[in-house]
Amino acid sequence: MNARDEVLTRLRAARPSGAVTVSRDYDPPAPDGTDLVELLTDRLLDYRATVRRCDAAALPTVLASLLTDASVVVVPPGLPSAWLGGTDVAQLTDDGGLTPGQLDLPGAVVVTGCAIACARTGTIILDAGPDQGRRVLTLVPDRHICVVRVDQVVYGIPEALSRLTDPTRPLTMISGPSATSDIELNRVEGVHGPRHLTIILLLP
Amino acid sequence: MRIALFITCVNDLVFPGTGRAVVRILERLGHTVDFPPEQTCCGQAHANSGYRAEAMPLVRRFVDTFAGYDAIVTPSGSCTAMVREAYPRLAAGDHGLAAQVAAVAPRVFELSELLVDVLGVTDVGAHFPHRVTYHPTCHGLRMLHLGDKPERLLRAVGGIELTELPGADECCGFGGTFALKNAGVSAAMLADKCDAACGTGADFLAAADNSCLAHIGGGLSRRDGPRAIHYAEILAATKEDS
Amino acid sequence: MTGTGNIVAALPFPTAAKPKLADSQLRDNLRRATHTIRDKRLRTVAELPEWERLRLAGAAIKDDVLARLPELLVEFEAAATAAGATVHWARDAAEACGIAVDLALSTGTREVVKIKSMATQEIGLNEALEAVGITPIETDLAELIVQLAGDTPSHILVPAIHYNRHQIRELFARRMPGVDLDALTDDPAALAEAARRHLRARFFSARVAISGANFAIAETGTLVVVESEGNGRMCLTLPETLISVVGVEKILPTVRDLDVFLQLLPRSSTGERMNPYTSAWTGVTPGDGPQQVHVILVDNGRSDVLADPVGRQALRCIRCSACLNVCPVYERVGGHAYGSVYPGPIGAILSPQLSGAGANATLPFASTLCGACFEACPVRIDIPEVLVHLRQEIVAAAGATPERAAMRAAAWVLRDRRRYSAALRAARRFAAPLRLVGRPDAVRHLPWPLTRWSASRDTPLPARETFREWWSRERA
Repeated sequence: MNARDEVLTRLRAARPSGAVTVSRDYDPPAPDGTDLVELLTDRLLDYRATVRRCDAAALPTVLASLLTDASVVVVPPGLPSAWLGGTDVAQLTDDGGLTPGQLDLPGAVVVTGCAIACARTGTIILDAGPDQGRRVLTLVPDRHICVVRVDQVVYGIPEALSRLTDPTRPLTMISGPSATSDIELNRVEGVHGPRHLTIILLLP
Repeated sequence: MRIALFITCVNDLVFPGTGRAVVRILERLGHTVDFPPEQTCCGQAHANSGYRAEAMPLVRRFVDTFAGYDAIVTPSGSCTAMVREAYPRLAAGDHGLAAQVAAVAPRVFELSELLVDVLGVTDVGAHFPHRVTYHPTCHGLRMLHLGDKPERLLRAVGGIELTELPGADECCGFGGTFALKNAGVSAAMLADKCDAACGTGADFLAAADNSCLAHIGGGLSRRDGPRAIHYAEILAATKEDS
Repeated sequence: MTGTGNIVAALPFPTAAKPKLADSQLRDNLRRATHTIRDKRLRTVAELPEWERLRLAGAAIKDDVLARLPELLVEFEAAATAAGATVHWARDAAEACGIAVDLALSTGTREVVKIKSMATQEIGLNEALEAVGITPIETDLAELIVQLAGDTPSHILVPAIHYNRHQIRELFARRMPGVDLDALTDDPAALAEAARRHLRARFFSARVAISGANFAIAETGTLVVVESEGNGRMCLTLPETLISVVGVEKILPTVRDLDVFLQLLPRSSTGERMNPYTSAWTGVTPGDGPQQVHVILVDNGRSDVLADPVGRQALRCIRCSACLNVCPVYERVGGHAYGSVYPGPIGAILSPQLSGAGANATLPFASTLCGACFEACPVRIDIPEVLVHLRQEIVAAAGATPERAAMRAAAWVLRDRRRYSAALRAARRFAAPLRLVGRPDAVRHLPWPLTRWSASRDTPLPARETFREWWSRERA
């Protein structure tokens, strides 16, 4: 018998009988008066991310002010071009061919949108959509600026997952900058992923 | 209400004062306590050490002895937990025994459960003018979920000064045969518990289990620390005693 | 068929624990780390009023998975294959290592980057790779520390929990190639920076990565890795080939089920509301990430565990390590005393079950049954229940021992009221002369084998009058 059949046969013989019912009562609604943007901001600041707020008209100016120290800005193919209208920093638009070495230039900053944001845990979910691009783009540059529209912010993880259009796309859930708890079990920001995370909350 | 006392084997032999204290408290509150003489041991040490077959006759004996009582009170959190939590598991598969266990086990109460939940009392008219720190014991805390019932009873004691035990919810390191099989780890845990107890400046360290107290008290008696005492003995004390 | 690999303790637990207890630096490190994480966990768990419902749902989902495991694995295989992955099956550690080694060799690579993975530690994959001349590079900071030290992990989540910052600084200074000694302080941020510099070139040049998976979703063929540092993302994104070693119990039925576990896992493991990075990938995505994706589904004793009605709940484990962090025994001795890659309370029930009866026979006794592990477990594994169950199997297999004889004799006495009363009287009488030579109510020294008790504590003597004697005198 090959390994597949043997493992499956053994598991069939060993498994318990009887169906199991899963109670899905673990997803409470947001408490009355919850301001999702405030909650998300609080969580992000707790992770030592930087948070800015602005409306669409002010976004190019805000982004430009955040990019003054950047050497190059990495751009996913579907990022709205107006967003970077206020900066003259060199842009590196990904056509699928940018190498890790190119993305690792000192002072490189990546600007993306996101798919969904979860206020309760301070989590930004990327699903490789056109305004986010390939996973490598948000991984190698040392600074990630992510623009989150207020209508993308939901309360809890269950709603966040249910709003993903296609969960088989590569997903990256980001909760603050890269961190480690490996030394004395205290969280320290900054290891291999971007050491600086800035979230711009885009108000209507 | 027909209340029976399950004294436990350790208390019967080594700490009879705890049993007398339980009788004294309940009689002071106007209840009659019965002591069925057929009782011996709940079988906890056997069952927890893996000797299920040896424990089974003791399970049968317990449910036979205590059938028919409205409440069975015991001054031991771990023996209460043994009967209420482990007996149903041990009896599973034996329909007759399982039914007996189902009838008796829910009526077995640790002292504070009987006083607070069943009899609705927190002030038992005690007086104990000493500084006391309370160690909640693992079975009381995590199996019986006694919560703050023993402390509520102690807080109502006249003259008492309760002081918090740092790391109170951590195991003292007794664990029955664990203290022999893993003597080194047990001693390390005991040392930390004794450090915490000594740091409180209390005169007494109280708990709901004399087996844990024998272990902690045995460690404390080698230092100038608090004396170990079952909290029933504090609840039994009156102004005339002090 | 029992499991093989790094799951068998070479020494009995009390023997292995002894030198650990004597290492005061180790105990300080463990105490500080476990208490830090304990307090954090309590704070973040308390934020969720639905925590108990999440635990119940987590346990139920895993029980459902165990009941439908063959069908769900086949469903996973079909979905992952359709998405471009190649699925392999392994009966035991040697077979799993063989598959992974062959896959790595076929790429011609001389080194692989690795994400921390309990499954690969369990099967001993690093040793198998080294045996064919492939260098495995651990990229998780704690795993890197352990690898540089030539040590073995001592914790599921934080393999280097037994080191403090000063020791890690010394280690990096001595062993990390090209480390910048001027910038290297014992500040955790500086240590993390050193690890970043050390590994960055490796990530960029690596052609093969090896991972485990926290979850494998049957419905979609998706694998999920939960991490903090971004080393996981590097491994999952940059190399051409990705090999994931996954225990068969890691299956979840649907994407929806992730919502329970992405809430339970981070709060239980690091005490955070959410871990910094979670990656999910489904087979191959053209142009994004590895284009050769392999999944090795490993049994290695799990089907035996599944066959035990009491013990099978151990397969719910999501490797959060909350039980280690609250365990008073683990806190005193650390993970190495448990011998297996699975230490602490979960290791004490998982290792003996995976390895089969006979091996690891002292592990189920390495607990006071204090219940802190069950209380902390996000999937409600009743670890004390399984410990007692395994103790029954172990004493049954041990046959006639002095301990069994003593237990039998005690039970014989306790079964009969007259024998019991007589034994109490005898004990009381035996104690009487001891009062004359020592303190009135306790003795300091006991004869062997009870010296193990009396080394650390005084022993109370039987009372002058048993309770039942008092009762019959006063009340009967």
